[in-house]
Amino acid sequence: MSDISTHTAGVAGFSPGADSSASFYVTEHHPENGTLLGFWIYLMSDCLVFACLFAAYAVLGRSYAGGPSGAELFELPVVAVNTGLLLLSSITYGFAMLESQRKRLRATLLWLAVTGLFGAGFITLELTEFASLIHEGAGPQRSAFLTSFFSLVGTHGLHVTFGIVWLVTLMFQLGRHGLTPENGRRLMCLSMFWHFLDVVWIGVFTFVYLMGVLP
Amino acid sequence: MSAHQPGVAHADHGHHGHDDHANHGSLKSYTMGFVLSVILTAIPFWLVMNKVIDKPATTAFVILGLAAVQIVVHMIYFLHMDTRAEGGWSLLALVFTLVVVVILLSGSIWVMYHMNNNMMPAMPPDMPHQMHNMR
Repeated sequence: MSDISTHTAGVAGFSPGADSSASFYVTEHHPENGTLLGFWIYLMSDCLVFACLFAAYAVLGRSYAGGPSGAELFELPVVAVNTGLLLLSSITYGFAMLESQRKRLRATLLWLAVTGLFGAGFITLELTEFASLIHEGAGPQRSAFLTSFFSLVGTHGLHVTFGIVWLVTLMFQLGRHGLTPENGRRLMCLSMFWHFLDVVWIGVFTFVYLMGVLP
Repeated sequence: MSAHQPGVAHADHGHHGHDDHANHGSLKSYTMGFVLSVILTAIPFWLVMNKVIDKPATTAFVILGLAAVQIVVHMIYFLHMDTRAEGGWSLLALVFTLVVVVILLSGSIWVMYHMNNNMMPAMPPDMPHQMHNMR
């Protein structure tokens, strides 16, 4: 009941003589919510892309075609380090968000840089792994298992790469314009994107790597 | 009416301010999420790398369960998912997506498993078992 009365009062806030802060919150705040919800729906559609790739891996993941199996190829210590890097980048992004709320630009940029470095470390390790697999003759064309493996893990890696590109772009925008409401909204969107990629990685390391080495 | 206006405007402000705060998290919630994630990541790696459980099927069930828990932890502590975010629309979109994902995954596995069992022509014994999957 009180919600409804607040809402109608907010609309009435446009009438002459109303105090200006009421119309400020009514007109300025809602587009921001729209962007965040829209971005969330994009992430959900991205989630469906990953679900298709996971389904393909679930069906084909044991079709080795006489080639090497996951147990022979995967190096779990490397995967553990990679997982740690992505997890650390998630919390450092969280620190960047907290600093941006306190309107501390330098600290925000610092934590974003640390996040980017962890992300770059993740991509470097993953590319090294891919290169050594292809060098061993276990490229994506070797078997259905490796095709679905490279599609799923590669798509995730591509997302992280674009996340880093976005992060660097945002750092330049922050350096130029400071912590404006627009940049705050962009930080929120990238935050969702980055944490979402970490959620997908939970599925990857569990379903692909850990279950792949099980007999 | 006009006498109530400042009070109403203030309530509106307070409401949005609170929403913002709930959406961004705090140092405590990020640290909590991180610690839980590290634990929930370390256990499955330990289980698989040290072959703690003899039966692979049991290990698979346990690590899938831990992954599900960790995904919920990330959703709550890092993505700040709750029933109030965006007036409940975020959660609704998430639930809808999860339903589609479950249908997609279980349906694919189920259908392809039965295709393999029922539709596969009898293979000569020396032919690799997985050849039909290559298409």
